[in-house]
Amino acid sequence: MDIQLKRGLLEVCVLAAIKNEESYGYQIIKDVKPFVEISESTLYPILRRLEAGELLTVRSAEHNGRLRKYYKITATGRARLAEFASEWAEIMAIYQFVTKEERTDEQN
Amino acid sequence: MNKTEFLQEIARGIAGLPHEDVDRWLEYYAEMLSDRIEDGMSEEEAVADLGAPAEIAKQILSQTPLTKLIKNKVKPKRKLRTWEIILICVGSPVWGALAIALAAVFFSVFVSLWACIVSLWAVELSLAACGIAGVIGIAFFLATGAVHQGLFLLGCGLVCAGMAYFGWYFCKQLSVLLAKLCKLFLLFVKSLFVEKEGKK
Repeated sequence: MDIQLKRGLLEVCVLAAIKNEESYGYQIIKDVKPFVEISESTLYPILRRLEAGELLTVRSAEHNGRLRKYYKITATGRARLAEFASEWAEIMAIYQFVTKEERTDEQN
Repeated sequence: MNKTEFLQEIARGIAGLPHEDVDRWLEYYAEMLSDRIEDGMSEEEAVADLGAPAEIAKQILSQTPLTKLIKNKVKPKRKLRTWEIILICVGSPVWGALAIALAAVFFSVFVSLWACIVSLWAVELSLAACGIAGVIGIAFFLATGAVHQGLFLLGCGLVCAGMAYFGWYFCKQLSVLLAKLCKLFLLFVKSLFVEKEGKK
């Protein structure tokens, strides 16, 4: 897949992974991996970028005697997901137009 | 390799970053390891699953802006004494010139790599333009009755157009290669700032 496209998609996928409930790094990777290839070193800058843009918030909480960071989506983050969904409705319409089967003479 | 060795090796690889950044990365990878172990992997398996620490350090560096690395390198580790400040000011014509020269060398490598790309496409564009000019030019010669000269011009134009056609693929491949070279060079410059720090 195109790198530029993938970068944008990954941000949205990470947001989608935390939209129902807050999540942590390893869980996010497990959730996103089936759809887009993602590694630890690519996730980290995305999380930082989303945090800087206030699309998510971070908190540290104790888990099994150690600290784990939990990421929670914000209202801005949800707005970004909604925006993505509406953009893709348009793109899907274009996709259907592009891949529409060619009319063959037998059908006429 | 166990968890401690893994984290230490990453720390060594990214030692040129500001301290708080190094700590944050290590914390992040420690969490990733712990979560894998909790998920049922052994410590060795968890480390192996994350990949080679040297490779991870390289990826982290390539994501860090060069300015951050330089700023961290230049920032003094403790407060400077008065005589040190005076010495730095007095010596500035010497080290300043050297620093500027070094920066100029790095910069010129970049500029020349990009200049290569620009000139490639300039040649490509001019070949294509010659092709078009040859075809248009024949009309003028035919109008004045100079048929031989006109045909010669058309021939030249067609040769240029042909070269432009094949040159297109050539230019594209070479541009990609040069862009990759630029990226490699940037990584090399970054590693200069990091390795010196690590050896201390």
